[in-house]
Formats: sequence, structure tokens, C-alpha cells
Amino acid sequence: MSCERMEGRILEYVDGRLKEGDRAEVQKHLESCAVCQLRVQQFSAVAGLLDELPMIEPSPAFDARVYALVAAEPVTKSWWTWNFASPRIVLAGAMLLVATVWVTMHPANTIQVDSPDFAVLENYDVISNFEPLTELPQPVQPEDTNSNQQM
Amino acid sequence: MAVMARTDVQLMLDVKAGDEQSFELLLQRFRSPLVNFLYRMVRNREQAEDLAQEVFLRVYRARLDYVPSAKFTTWLFRIATNLALNSMRDTRHQRAEISLDAPVSFDAEDGDERPMDVAEKHPNIEQHLVEESRRKMIRRAIDKLPEKQRAAVLLHKYQDLDYGEIAKILECSESALKSLLFRAYETLRVELAPLVAQQSIFQSRERRAT
Repeated sequence: MSCERMEGRILEYVDGRLKEGDRAEVQKHLESCAVCQLRVQQFSAVAGLLDELPMIEPSPAFDARVYALVAAEPVTKSWWTWNFASPRIVLAGAMLLVATVWVTMHPANTIQVDSPDFAVLENYDVISNFEPLTELPQPVQPEDTNSNQQM
Repeated sequence: MAVMARTDVQLMLDVKAGDEQSFELLLQRFRSPLVNFLYRMVRNREQAEDLAQEVFLRVYRARLDYVPSAKFTTWLFRIATNLALNSMRDTRHQRAEISLDAPVSFDAEDGDERPMDVAEKHPNIEQHLVEESRRKMIRRAIDKLPEKQRAAVLLHKYQDLDYGEIAKILECSESALKSLLFRAYETLRVELAPLVAQQSIFQSRERRAT
């Protein structure tokens, strides 16, 4: 193994994360390379120094602040859960869908408009002639009122 | 009957299903690792806590769309790393602007303990001062690392994540990650040379003793 190839493995070797085969290969190289040997020694020293840094404790108010942030979030539900929560909306949506499909499948059966010549308009003269109305018999006067007048 | 500890993914799926208690459990599980990671990234306690809270808020916001396609920790630390890197860039701009007006010193907190506690915990004040100056040196060496290298070192050293996971968090290949870590350790061994020499002697003595 070359020193260049060691670069990718040296830290894993120090960590003890290398597989047995790779580990043996690295060890074999280390036996004959003082530079890499020194590097392994110093890398593990660095790793030891990093262990010296103490952990800090999150402040006591940390959780409360997270809950406050979460509570301030607007209540948003996904489209799917929202529909599950209100079956009436699902039913209304389904009915609308059925109606739409129905209308698009049977467009011509409901109203047929083949020509603009409406039959009604052809007899317009007859309708506009009000003469026959004048020939109607005069309304019959009720007899009671006449007799009252004579009195 | 003993209650089996639910995995992170299971907890997150429960949060997705509307279980608020599972969110509390995730908070308990990851509060300290996140705050510590972010603190070592941004070097400011208050800022680290704000960022960690933002991470939890984002997790909560994303609950309905959560799909367990990767390990939970990968997802969580990717959010944290991106927030930290963005915040560090913003802070750097701010500092650059301020430094034009006045030479303000922005040294990060160097001690994690208040001076009052020191005397109680460390009867031997000299020994404490030696330890503290070592820590200061280690912190400064980490701070000098380029941001991505720093994130790689912290995730590798303190979060017990495997190389594949860290590579996903940093959105790079595994070989790129190994190269990042190698360069970071090369810098650290130079920056910490006096301590490294002491440590090496100490470690080789220990090895001989066992």
C-alpha cells in the first residue's frame, strides 16, 4: 500500500472502524513507513485531545422555548387528513364529480337545438292580433246589483 | 412487560400521526447532542440554542411530509449543519461590517463554567488553569478549521455517526468526506503540536503499561 492510499484509511484505522482485511494491510504498511506511523500516532493524539472538551448542558428553558415555537405554528393539516376529518366534504366532492361525468357523457340528450326557427315565432301574427278578444261576449251583470239600483 | 424503546424513525412517524408525546421524546433524545454540536460549530451558546430550537421547529413543521427514506439522525443533523453554516456566513458578514466601524473583539466564550464555580469544583486552581488553557487551545484549533471540515470533525468525533451518514449530511461523497477529515486532522496536529507531543508520550506510556 502507498502512503497516498493510506490517507483515506488512516483515520478509520485510528478509530478502529476498518475491516479486518484492510486493517492488516494498513498495519503491514505501517511496519515499513515511519512517516505514516508518526501520523497515526499524532492523529490518535488529536482524537484524544478532542475528547477533553466538556459537554455543555442546554439551558433549563430550552424545552419551553421549543414548545412555544411549536405552539405558535398555524394549525396546518395535509389535504388528505383534512378530508378524512370531514367525510361530508368527501361526499360533496364525490357527488360533484359524478355530476360532472354525467353531464359530459350525455350532452345532447337533454336539449336539442337543431335550427333557430322556433315554431312559436311563426304564429306571431295570430298572437299579436287582439281582435278576437273584443268579440268575446260582454260579462253578465249580476242581477242583484241591478235590482238594488232600481230600488 | 418492559416497554421497548421506540426507534427515532418510529417516534417521528408517531409525531406525523399526531402524537405530541413522541415529539417530546425526540426533544429529550436529541436536545443535548444538537446543542453541543451547534455550540462547537458557532461558538456561541445563545446562538447554538436558538439554532437547535429552530431545528426542532423544522422537524415539527416537516412532520406531515416525513418519509423515513434515510436514517433519522442523518436528516436531523443535515438540518442542523445547514442552519449552522448559514448562520456562520451571516455572522461573518455582520462581523465584517462592524469591524469597519469599531475594533470590537468577538472572542467566543472560552470557558463553559462561571468563575464562581471554578473554586468549588477545582480546589487545585493551578491544575484547573492548566486544563482550561489546554481546552482553549483545542477550541481555537477547531475554530480555525474551514467550516465544512469543522462540521465533518464534529460529526465524526462526537456524534458517533458512520462515514456514509456524515457524507450524506454534508452532501458529499464518502471519499470526499475522508479527504475532508484527513485535511482537518493534518491541520489539527500542526495547530496542536505541543499538546500532541505530550499526548503521544502519554498514550505510548499507557500502551506500554497495558
